[in-house]
This record gives sequence, C-alpha cells and structure tokens, in this order.
Amino acid sequence: MRIMAQMAMVMNLDKCIGCHTCSVTCKQAWTNRTGMEYVWFNNVETRPGLGYPRTYEDQDTWQGGWELNKKGRLTLKAGGRWKKLATIFSNPKLPSLDDYYEPWTYDYANLTNAPAQDVFPVARPMSLISGKPMNIRWSANWDDNLGGSQEVAIKDPMLKGIEDKVKFEFEQTFMFYLPRICEHCLNPSCAASCPSGAIYKREEDGIVLVDQDRCRGWRMCVSGCPYKKVYFNHKTGKAEKCTFCYPRIEVGIPTVCAETCVGRLRYIGLMLYDADKVLDAASVEDDQALYEAQCDVFLDPNDPAVAREAELAGIPLDWIEAAKKSPVRRLIQDYKVALPLHPEYRTMPMVWYIPPLSPVVDVVKETGHDAESKDNLFAAIETLRIPVEYLANLFTAGDVATVSNVLKKLAAMRSFMRDINLGEDPDEEIARAVGMDGESMYEMFRLLAIAKYDERY
Amino acid sequence: MNDPATRTHEVGLDGPLSDALVGTRRFFTQATVSDDKRMLLREGGRTGDAFYRDRWSHDKVVRSTHGVNCTGSCSWKVYVKDGIITWEAQQTDYPTAGADRPDYEPRGCPRGAAFSWYTYSPTRVRYPYVRGVLLEMYREARARLGDPVDAWREITSDPEKARRYKSARGKGGLVRATWDEAAELVAAAYVSTIKEWGPDRVAGFSPIPAMSMVSHASGSRFTELIGGAMLSFYDWYADLPVASPQIWGDQTDVPESGDWWDAAYLMMWGSNVPVTRTPDAHWMTEARYRGQKVIAIAPDYADNVKFADEWLAIAPGTDAAMAMAMGHVVLKEFFADKQVDFFNGYCRQYTDLPFLIELEAHSEEPGDESVSGGTVTYRPGKFLTAADLGGDLAKSESAEFRTVVLDSRTGELVCPNGSLADRFGPEGAGKWNLDLGDVVPALSVLDTRDDTVLVDFPRFDESLPTIASRGVPVRRVGDRLVTTVLDLMFAHYGVARADLPGSYATGYDDVSAPYTPAWQETITAVPAEAVARIAREFAQNAVDTGGRSMIIVGAGANHWFHSDTIYRAMFMLTTITGCQGRNGGGWAHYVGQEKARPVTGWSHIAMALDWVRPPRQGIQTAYWYVHTDQYRYDHYQADEVAGPTGTGRFTGMSTIDTLAKSARMGWMPSFPSLNRNPLEICAEAEAAGESVPDYVVSRLKSGDLRFAVEDPDAPENFPRVLAMWRANLLGSSAKGEEYFLKHLLGTDNAVSATETPEHLRPRDVVWRDEAPEGKLDLLLTLDFRMTSSTILSDVVLPAATWYEKHDINTTDMHPFIHSFNPAINPPWQTKTDWDTFQVIAEKFSALGAKHLGVRKDLVVAPLLHDTAEAMANPHGIVRDWKAGECEPIPGKTMPKLVVVERDYGAIYDKMVSLGPLLDKLGTTTKGVTYDVKREIERLGHLNGVMRGGVKSGRPSIKTSVQAAQAIMSLSGTTNGHLAVQGFKTLEARTGHVMHDLAAEHEGKEINFADIQAAPVPVITSPEWSGSETGGRRYSPFTINVERLKPWHTLTGRQHFYLDHDWMLEMGEALPIYRPPLDMKKLFGERGLGTIDELGVTVRYLTPHNKWSIHSEYQDNLFMLSLARGGQAIWMSDKDAAKVGIKDNDWIEAVNRNGVVAARAIVSHRMPEGTVYMHHAQDRLIDVPRTETNGRRGGIHNSLTRILVKPSHLIGGYAQLAFAFNYLGPTGNQRDEVTVIRRRTEKVEY
Repeated sequence: MRIMAQMAMVMNLDKCIGCHTCSVTCKQAWTNRTGMEYVWFNNVETRPGLGYPRTYEDQDTWQGGWELNKKGRLTLKAGGRWKKLATIFSNPKLPSLDDYYEPWTYDYANLTNAPAQDVFPVARPMSLISGKPMNIRWSANWDDNLGGSQEVAIKDPMLKGIEDKVKFEFEQTFMFYLPRICEHCLNPSCAASCPSGAIYKREEDGIVLVDQDRCRGWRMCVSGCPYKKVYFNHKTGKAEKCTFCYPRIEVGIPTVCAETCVGRLRYIGLMLYDADKVLDAASVEDDQALYEAQCDVFLDPNDPAVAREAELAGIPLDWIEAAKKSPVRRLIQDYKVALPLHPEYRTMPMVWYIPPLSPVVDVVKETGHDAESKDNLFAAIETLRIPVEYLANLFTAGDVATVSNVLKKLAAMRSFMRDINLGEDPDEEIARAVGMDGESMYEMFRLLAIAKYDERY
Repeated sequence: MNDPATRTHEVGLDGPLSDALVGTRRFFTQATVSDDKRMLLREGGRTGDAFYRDRWSHDKVVRSTHGVNCTGSCSWKVYVKDGIITWEAQQTDYPTAGADRPDYEPRGCPRGAAFSWYTYSPTRVRYPYVRGVLLEMYREARARLGDPVDAWREITSDPEKARRYKSARGKGGLVRATWDEAAELVAAAYVSTIKEWGPDRVAGFSPIPAMSMVSHASGSRFTELIGGAMLSFYDWYADLPVASPQIWGDQTDVPESGDWWDAAYLMMWGSNVPVTRTPDAHWMTEARYRGQKVIAIAPDYADNVKFADEWLAIAPGTDAAMAMAMGHVVLKEFFADKQVDFFNGYCRQYTDLPFLIELEAHSEEPGDESVSGGTVTYRPGKFLTAADLGGDLAKSESAEFRTVVLDSRTGELVCPNGSLADRFGPEGAGKWNLDLGDVVPALSVLDTRDDTVLVDFPRFDESLPTIASRGVPVRRVGDRLVTTVLDLMFAHYGVARADLPGSYATGYDDVSAPYTPAWQETITAVPAEAVARIAREFAQNAVDTGGRSMIIVGAGANHWFHSDTIYRAMFMLTTITGCQGRNGGGWAHYVGQEKARPVTGWSHIAMALDWVRPPRQGIQTAYWYVHTDQYRYDHYQADEVAGPTGTGRFTGMSTIDTLAKSARMGWMPSFPSLNRNPLEICAEAEAAGESVPDYVVSRLKSGDLRFAVEDPDAPENFPRVLAMWRANLLGSSAKGEEYFLKHLLGTDNAVSATETPEHLRPRDVVWRDEAPEGKLDLLLTLDFRMTSSTILSDVVLPAATWYEKHDINTTDMHPFIHSFNPAINPPWQTKTDWDTFQVIAEKFSALGAKHLGVRKDLVVAPLLHDTAEAMANPHGIVRDWKAGECEPIPGKTMPKLVVVERDYGAIYDKMVSLGPLLDKLGTTTKGVTYDVKREIERLGHLNGVMRGGVKSGRPSIKTSVQAAQAIMSLSGTTNGHLAVQGFKTLEARTGHVMHDLAAEHEGKEINFADIQAAPVPVITSPEWSGSETGGRRYSPFTINVERLKPWHTLTGRQHFYLDHDWMLEMGEALPIYRPPLDMKKLFGERGLGTIDELGVTVRYLTPHNKWSIHSEYQDNLFMLSLARGGQAIWMSDKDAAKVGIKDNDWIEAVNRNGVVAARAIVSHRMPEGTVYMHHAQDRLIDVPRTETNGRRGGIHNSLTRILVKPSHLIGGYAQLAFAFNYLGPTGNQRDEVTVIRRRTEKVEY
C-alpha cells in the first residue's frame, strides 16, 4: 500500500443553475491575459451540446486518454511515447482555434470618438488574433441553453447509440449544465504524454501542474488530455492549465470556482488512495467496471489501519482528519451519489459529479403524474426528461443502473424529508429502499441542502 | 472485479520501451517517477509555478458591490494590486441564517464578476463630452453675449440652431470639454429653462434607489431643490404589480429568498429564477431537498424548468386563464364541496370576502330582456358602507369608508374595526385593527338569503367581450340588495352551488364555461387534469402546512397590458388559501421590486424633503406617452379596453383623454402641470392680489389656464431638460424607443406607424396638425460607459464606477445593509454622482442668484395614498369638475395647489446640508410620522455642522459617507430608536402592542463603519409589513396577520373586490382573464402566424437577459464571449424553418414601431409562434445598418410602444391613490408582435 492524498472536487449538477460565475471569476483571476484570450480553465457546458472545445469527448477523433492495447496494457490512445516522439513536430490531434473559438474584442473607442456622421456609431467585433473585423460564428459557450440546437446539440458525441431516446422537439426538451475544470486525475494522460517531463502531480495533494520552466510547448498534453483541459498559451508558447488554485488551497481557502459558485454546488475535500492500485484499477477490462474500480482505490481514513499507514507515509495528522471529514469522500464513498466524468478515459479523474434530476416528461401533453408522490418515487425516475442513458454515457460509460440508483437516492431523500417538513414522522422504509438508513439520509440532506461553507470545503 | 487473481490481462504501460523512457526521467529530473512509471511526482522547489503565486498576490481587498438595477445586493471583494483593480470575488461573511437552513454566501453572478472589466475598458467615459456642434454654438454665443444663460436661451430659441444640434444627436461628433465648461453649460440650461418655461419643465431620471441610495439621491435632491420632477421607474418598467396596491394597498412587499426554504409547495410562474435571481436561486434548489414540490410555468424550457418537478408550457400571456381555473378548483373543492376551518377563519379576518356589496339593477335596453330570460339582471356595485345604513352608524366618522359585514352569529350588520374610516380621524384612534371581537362575519349568504338574482359577469375569453349571468344569493338591506364578495366570487368563477340558476359550469370538463380546467386548456394549451391536480395540491399543501404554499412571479406574467388581472387571478390562490402573511407562503414577486430598507432616510434626502415639500414626482409612463407623442399613433379609443358590463364611461375618449382627466381630478401627477410657468403664475396671482389657489381655480374654470397635458404639443408644454444618471433610458426602458428619437430628440428614427385617424382622435386634448420633433433642449447623462443614451446625449459627464465610491445597498432578497467603498479613487476626470451634482449645483446657484433669485413656485400635487386625501372620492365615484359634475376644490376634486419658496441662489448650500423641515415636521413614511430631532442632533455630532448661509448650523451631508450616515440615522430599519418610536405611534392607532418587535434593537444604530466591516442585518420597522425580529426570515404581511394591523386598503383587508367606477367599467371588479391585446385589431399588424413575403409574424417578448443586468454588462467582453457576441433573437426551429432562417443568420424584425437587425438563435426549446429578444441589448455592439431603412438597427424597445391602461390612472380613492412608484400606468410591452425575416449575410455598418 502506498497511501497518497488527493485534493478532489464534487459538483452537484442537480444544483447547477448554469450561471457561469465560476467561469468568469476563474478567467478574471487566472487567464485574463494575452495569449490566453480563448482559454477558460473553468467552463460550463449546456448538455446536450458540443462542449468546449467542440466535440472534445469524441475520442475517435481526438484520441485523448488511455486505452487498453491488445495485451491489455494501458496505453495512450494517441499512441505510445515513441509515436509521440515521432510526431512531435506535427501533432495531428490538436484542436484548432476554430474548435475553441476565435477570441475577439470590439472597436469600443468608436462609440466615443466617432466623428459627426450620418449614422449612430457602433462597436464592431475585431479578432484578437488577426486584429481585423470579424464575423462571430462561435464563442466560448455558443450553444448555451440549447442555442442552435438543431445544428449543434444534435451532434453531441454523447448521443451516440441513444439517438432513439433523444428527440430535439419542444415537447421533449431537456437540458442541464456541466461545469468543468481539470480533473487532476490519478492517472493523468496529459502528464504521460509530455515529452519534456514538465507535467507533474504534486506529491502532497495530487494537483496536476505544468512546470512553466520545463514546458517546451510540444502540446502533446493538449492531445493527450481527453477532457481538453490543458491549453496552449500562444504568447509564451507554453502549456497552461487549471492549477486547482494551489496558491489558495495552500493557505486554506477553496478554489476560486468553488468559493464563487452561487449555486453552492461545489465541494472540495481530500481523498486518500492507494497509489499502488491505480494502474490496476485503470486497467480493468470492462469500461463500466472502471467506476467501481476507482472506488476501490480509495482508502477509508476512518479505518484505523489506513490512518496508521497514512501517518507512517508522512501525511500530516490534520490532513488525515481532513480526509475523515471530507465532504467529497462522503459523497463519493459513503453515499455513493457522486460519479466520475468519463471513467472510460481511464485517467481516474478526481472531479466527480452528482447527476441532475429533471421534470417528468409527459406533463406537456398528457396529464402527468406526481413525481413527489411516494407511490411514483421510482417510476418517476424512468420518466424524467433527461434520459438516464444520456447521463450514463457521461458518468458510467453507459451503465444505466448506477446512474438510476443515484437519482433514486435523491428522489428518496426528497420524499423522506417531505414528511419531516410537514411535521410528520419520517418513513425509514424510504431510506431502506435505496440502501440507506434514515440517519444517513438525513445527513446527506444536510450536506446537499444546508451545505454550510465549512461543510462544503 | 479488480482482483489481480481473476484478471485476464497483464497490467502495465504500453510496453517496455515506454517503461524505459519514463524510467529515465528519474535521472534527468529532480522529480519522482511513480513505481508503475505512470506518473511524475514532485515536491518542493516549484519555481516553474511561481507565476501563479505572483498572479494571485494582491495588495488589498476592498468591500463593494454593484449599484446596477438588480436586486442581488451582493457584497463583493474587490482585489487591488499596484493601485490597479484586478478582479472581484464574492464576500462570504454574511451573518448566518441559523444552523438548520442554508446561508446567504456566496452572493453574486457572472455579470457582477465581470464588472471590473469596465474600469479600464475602452468604453469607459473618461472625460466630459459635449456634442461638437452644440459646444461650438454655445462658446460663440457665450463669448458674444457674455452670459451662459443668455447663450443657452438664444441657441434653443433659434429654430435653425436648435434643429442643427438636435438632429445631430446620436450621430458621433462628441468632443471633450472641461468640467468647468460642461457644468456651466448644464447649469445655464437649467436656469434658462426655469426662467422661461418653469421648473416643472425639468425632469430627472434615475431608477431603483436601493441599489445605491446616495448615488440616486444626488441628482434627485438637486432636481427637487430646483423644482424639477423626478420620474417614477417601477411602474414605467412595468415591474410595479398594480395588483399589489389594488389588493394590499402596498407598493410591493415580498419574502426574502431565504424564506423560499420555508415553502413546502412552490410555483415559479413567469419568473426565471436562476437568471433573474442568480444569487438567490440556491434557496430554491436546496428547498427541493427538503421535500418542497416545485412547479415551473413558462412558455419555453427556461433555465428554471430544469429544477421543477413539472413543467406547464403555457401559451404566452394566458397565465390568468390558468390561474382562474386553479381558482375554480380551489373554490369548488375547498369552499363549496367542503368547509376548511383554516381557510374560512383566515378569509373572515384578513380578506374582504365577507364584506357586503350592493347589487345594482341593470337598466336593460329593449331586446335584452329575452337574453336574460325575462328577469332583471344585476351588476356588482359598491361596497355597502355605514353611510348606507342610516342611524348612528351613518353618523360615524368617515362613514362612507366604513365597510359592512353580516355577523353570522347574530344576523346583524356590523362595521368591523380596521376600515379606512378608522385610519386617520380622532374616533378611529386605537380601533384601526383587524380585531373582530365576537363577530363572525358571514362569508356567504347562501343559507340566509332573502332571494336569488341573476348577476352579470363580464368575460373576455371570446373574440368580443360577452356577459355570463349567474344566480347569486342576496340579502335585503332596506331597499338594497347585497351579497358577499365570496358569493360573487363563486358566481364569477362559475362554481355552482345548491340550486343557483344561471350559466354555471357543469363540471371541470365543461369547455364552454369560464373558468373550468377544460376551458383553460383551450387557451393555455396546458392539460386540464394537470391544472386541476396542481391547484388541489397547492391548496391541500396550504392546509397541511398552515399556509406554506408560495407563488414566485415575475416579468413573464407582469409585463402584459393586463398584468394586474393576471396577478390578481394568481393572488386569489395565495390569499384564499391563507398563505399571505406566512413564512414560506404567499406571493413572491420578483421583477424590479426593490427595497431601500432605510426608505425614510433615503426618501427625505433624495426628495429634499428637509428643505421643501411637497416634491414633484411624476409617473414616467404617462410622461413619455405624452411627450414622445405616442398618443398620436393610437388607433383605438379607451372604450376598446372597457368591459361589457360598463356604462360607457370611456365612450368617445381616447387614452390621453383618460390621462388628462386623471390629472385634472388630482388622481395622478402630470408634468409640466399647467400650461404656464408656475413661477409666473405665482407672480401673476400676487399681482392680482389673489391667493395662488384661488387664482388658479378661477382661471382653470374660465379656461384661461389649462392643464399642460391637455395640449401637449404646444411648445410651452414640452419637457425641456432631462438628466439621467445610473440610467440608460434609450438603450433599455424606452418603450417606443423610435418615438423618443423622433419627437423628443428630433433625430433619426424608424417609426413607420401612421397617425391616429381623425375620428379616433382625442376629445378633450388639443390635436395639433404638426407633430413637434426635438422637444427636449438638453439631454444630460452621467455614466462610466458608453450607452445608447450617452451617444444620444448633448452632454455626457464621466462617472465613477461602483468600485470608486462610497454608498449603501439593500434589497428585499436578503435582510442586510452593506456598503460600497472605493477600491481606487475615481480615475481620469471621473467623479461620483454625489460630487457631480454638487459641481452642477454650485454653477447653478451662481447663475440662479443672478437670473432667478428667490421665487414662489406652485406645485400641483395629486391626492396621496396613506393620507386622508385617499378619502376624497367616496365609493370611488368619478366626479369631473371640468364636466360640471362638481366644483374644482383643490385637494378634493382636483390636485392640491401648494405654493413653495425656492431660493435659486442657495441650491448648493441646501444640497450639502440637512434642512430644518426635519426638525419642524419630522419624517413620514406610509402614514407614520417620526420625530427626528434627536437624530438631527446626533448627525450634527457625527457629520459636523455647516457654516455660512442657509446651511449654517445644519448637519453636513457634503460627502457621500455623511449622506449615507444621514440616510441610516433617519430610518427605523437602521436606527432602533426610530423603529420603536414608529411602532409606538402605530400602537396608538391600532390599539395593539407592536413596539416589542423592535425593542430588542432599540439602542442599535447602524453606522457606516459597521457596514464597511460586514453586512449588517436590519431592524424590524413599521416602514415594512413583515417582521425580522429574533433573526426571523422576512415575509410580508406577517405583522398584519400576527398583530392584526390592517392593510392600507378600504376595508383594511386584502381585497378581491374593487368597486371604483373605472374598475367596474373595465369589467375588473374581480380577478379575471383578459387575453393579450390583439395588435391586428388595434393597429392593423399582421395576424400571428402569418407567413408572407415580409416574413413570419410572431409574438415578440423581451425577457431578461442571462448575460446582462438590463443594458449593463451586455457590452462587457466577458459576457459577450460567453454568449453570441451581439444582439440576438431566440426563435423556435419551427418558425425559423418557415422563412428559411438558420442559426446565427442575420435577421430583421420589423413592425410599425421600428426595426431591429440582429442574429437569430434557433432552438427547439422555444415554443412555436413566439420569439425572445432578450431585454436591453444596446444598439452599440455589432449592430449593422438595417435593410429596411439603412440606419442603425434598434434596441429591443424599438419594436414596442407605450400602451396606457386607463384603470392604472385611478387615484384619490382608498388604496387606489397615488404614491411615487406605488401606483401609475405601467410601461408594459409584452402584447406586441413583429414580422421576422432573414436578411443578406453581408451586412453594412
């Protein structure tokens, strides 16, 4: 056993209001500078949609992440290191500026300085790349709220295989938001892709960083990351990425994106894991088994043996305490309501998500039924507007049962709490039906709903 | 599953060569390579990452916020490095809401998070600017004439010179001026206008004080001191829910968002919470986890629908139909089929449902008899009052305002305490309360009826208004037939009881009978069963929780012409189920509502009530309807919107006639008031040896003097000067923007509407053949960024941003007051608003002393709410002195005529000091007067006193911190002494103990320094209707319900019934469904759904934008990068396909009011037949010239226009009485349609 500590995040998508405050505060703090105009360490995607950069999840095209080779050994999907070296000067799997977007500004000064003329002045868009007037055809969040859905969302790579479940018609509309930062993976393919050894994982907290002095700008990390969360600074010629706000984390304050999240949906905490088991876990054959495999890598700090081992490994006591109290650990390990984003990339990502509930689908046309009613509790999950299959494609490599179980827990919690809300005795049966007990259901409610500052971080 | 023993493949990286390669890193770097060679680990010595540490470092963090027109009221951390503002993040230090509920942190949104971009952006206004052509003429004239005022007079009175600079408005050519010169020009314009035309030809506009009270007060105080009119905004924005004063006699009072947590059933109805209440939305998402059921009612798959359990995709503008059907279900299942004690008890004590209404026999015309089956039909009339009863009751104080119930215990008629009659007179002292004693008011007379009669109820659901006649049980009182409001409600809602005759619904599936669930389905497209079930759940939840069912409502339902009827239909649901005045229950109106919590301090300083009373306060909708000549484009008359049960009161009147009537009867204010300079009127009266009121009344009667609104296009009745600060009228709220450009400003515009045909023109208002263009002489704007308003302004003054000033900020969404503080000093030549108006005032005073001196001014003031003036018109009977129906009596049948003195040389001195009227008259809010001598003395100690002139010995408010301190010292919400004093004053009237609500904080005085440190919770005060005592979450009317304090209405109860003549005429005595206006019928627009060579005709809605707060932030590069980068219109894929539009195509939207050139966003989440152009996208960002006219495309309001609803003009009667931003016609804009077509891809700029 080799105990290591990892900073991790859980985002409760059921609470995300899609406001993009996280994106703006992150950009203001970190990437609001030349060479990084198009870069959003944190972005928020409307799903279904293409994401940023466009179709980044289509690994048939981008070849990011890991796969198992014929021998069952873990290999970078874009090819092994030798291939990387061979193609170092002409990396073919690199998103172009078009796939992100061409950043622009406006001729704002014209509004003040326009001479007397025959028309009201206007500020035209000007490319930040060419400096010339441009036509805006794509942005950092072009398909927000299903904008252009028939031309855009319909090409969402995650719809593959479930085309029959998703209709782009008014009556069937669904959407939700997916905020994304770097996954700070346990098995980062960006790092493995770097020919310069510039990307490293911090020993003490697992934050994945690019050493700005060592980076040579080969951009293999950009290709290697299946989440496309490493960016190329075209001014410095170096790669940059989300730093998990380590200058803040080090002094005990949460990341910018988390602290400024007005939906209060981000949780930060420490996870202990056995580094020796990562490669094993990342190498299980069945994609749908990767989620459980990753869960198996995590260690329980409340287990005295683990705590002792951690102490021996030099992990400070307050870190072990933090791991015990970690809200992230509770959501991932205890309640099992948080799921990894695209476990099939085999990077062992460490930003996890609670999938969203949604309205029942048939109210528009039919009479609808009451999702709140206990009798309908579980039937309703099947009729939610967001197809469970779609969520499964994001979070469980297509395993519908696991996602359904999470949604049922959320629904059961609401039903359980309604009795308390109405001053009645809660029905323990509801908790048991989803494999929990009343007390843990209540504790989960407090963590998800009351979610005080010092309980989220 | 990951057991190595069962694994079928080997584990490792891709091959031995890789292993070797990675392994060698061990030797070349100081990092650690993991044993499995996957990973490079490193500890310490990370010099390569020092960049991010440097980036994060900063010198200081300053608390501030954004004074934009939003209710967020979020406290922010502004980071400063090397004297430069770098970025901002939300504060997290709000006091806790308690262990068992979520907290307030963090409050903020992406718009606010992007604010610092403005500080150094290229759109920043850094210097004073004046239009070149004007400045040149001014410099020349000033040099030649030697006097700024004479220079201004000459330029504006020379038609050719005036045309030159006015027609250049908006079209570039701004040049820099010095502060000295710009301020002098502005002051000269003011002085010249007051001298020649009168002070009421000057207006100021700045909205929403709560967001930055000192900044608002700056220009407001100046405007009021010189005698100008401040224009209302809440009604103008159509955010004022007129239903609120109608039902509750209150402007708006709503639960804070923290109280959503208390609701067990929540309907979000026409309110997109995540977008418009971003920092509050979490309370909703979290309350669901507590078992709250959530319903979203929205035409599109809006952002908030995601959080709902059910989505009712309602057809736009038909909300009242659904609400009426829900009301039908609640009445049937909870009032007719069974009796619920909880509901009955509440309705008896807190609503007008048991009050008696007299029925009026309907004088039938020949032929009608067959229709009503040979019986006489009746129509609901007036509230029965003590005056109708004879005997001692009729002799009681204000008997005509003493309403009556039937005591079911004794069968006697009783006048319970708490009606308006008890509110002001000496006899009512100690009796103005909701204490019923032993009386049990009968909600219905069904079982004790003397008779049953058929009563006519209007219905508007068919192409023409019709009448439904339904049997109603009645009692006889003398020769009068009376019934209860609830009995009328049953009949009106079509809920059959016993054997009552008439056209009652046969069941929920009765499609033909309003207001059944099946009937509503034909209108709203929402399934009848779903509506019935949700209504049932809503009411049952109220029973189960003691009233914790809540409806969040907003602009989606409130911005319609008939929004008041929509809202009344909804609030019937929250009121009849006993949810109002409860934590977790009732209405929660969130659009444009604001809460300047220290309202008394703000209002007295902003309206300069410390120096002169009354202030001039205008209703902005009417102001622009008149002064932008939109009335000249009406193609229907006022009776078009009247009801079928009316008596023809509006026949022959156009809408502006109703406005003129309202003005001359003293219902609503109107500016300019009279068709002569009020300074001259006073001088003339003096010369004639008459008192000014006598002089004016006699000249009005003779016709020598007229109300200005009766001849608005006469030059003496133009508005001449408009100052705007914290506002962007012409990029945002200007409904009928293009009419503004044409008639007010005299520049390029896109109006293509035809003028009113002769037979529909006004009856009482003068029609001038030539419509004036360019009425306004000076448009002054203070801003820190370029907007549609600044480019059109004659003078633009550079303003400090929200991060460069001191100010205070509150909202109704949370209970705290907090501060603005400068992170940096105002850069370049910018100044705070507070300082800017002092600069103008100084210049003004110098010129004013010379040209104006000390003058008498006549203020024509309307009859005010919360005063005895609201008893001027018993029974709401209309009497127009001009029609000979009564004598013109100031303050009774016409406006008050008040003479005030203005020392035009002392304006600056008065600006910067607190005047002596406070010591003499105290302060008054909502009918409660406070003695503030102690506070004045304290402010003298805190702020210091001024020396010299009229300000000698008065407390200073020269700095914005001093002004903020004064505002807080003068309000009970921030000064416990005043809260306790106010409650004690109120106790004397109600006879019930109330001061304990504030006693816990009697010694607490919140100072500016306190709110610089952290947000501070406010104190429960009689200025508001809810209690926050003991850290309780705020919900409105809890004091009314718990302390039996009457609402400020006729009965003192919550009103379902409104008996004013004009309400009866409109057919709106009770909640009702009225469909959106038919623009084809009214204006000849194409019918909805028409497809022709010009495009597809669709409903045109302008909801709030995700990427801006009104027009602010829509030009912000961060927001533009996260959106589509310019003006856009959302449309459904179905509509787009009809006319070949694809996503991001350039499109043009055209109707008679104007033209918009934008990009299309095509999405299946939009309903067919409706497009959204999100609110307030300025015409400045990537807007091409239009194909239609070659000019710059318009803003969202280029396609709308002002439509005044006559019933919003009612005044002088109980709760239907004017107060600033309390009551007035709304600037609604939702009923509009437009044609949309694709245009060429290549556009010209």
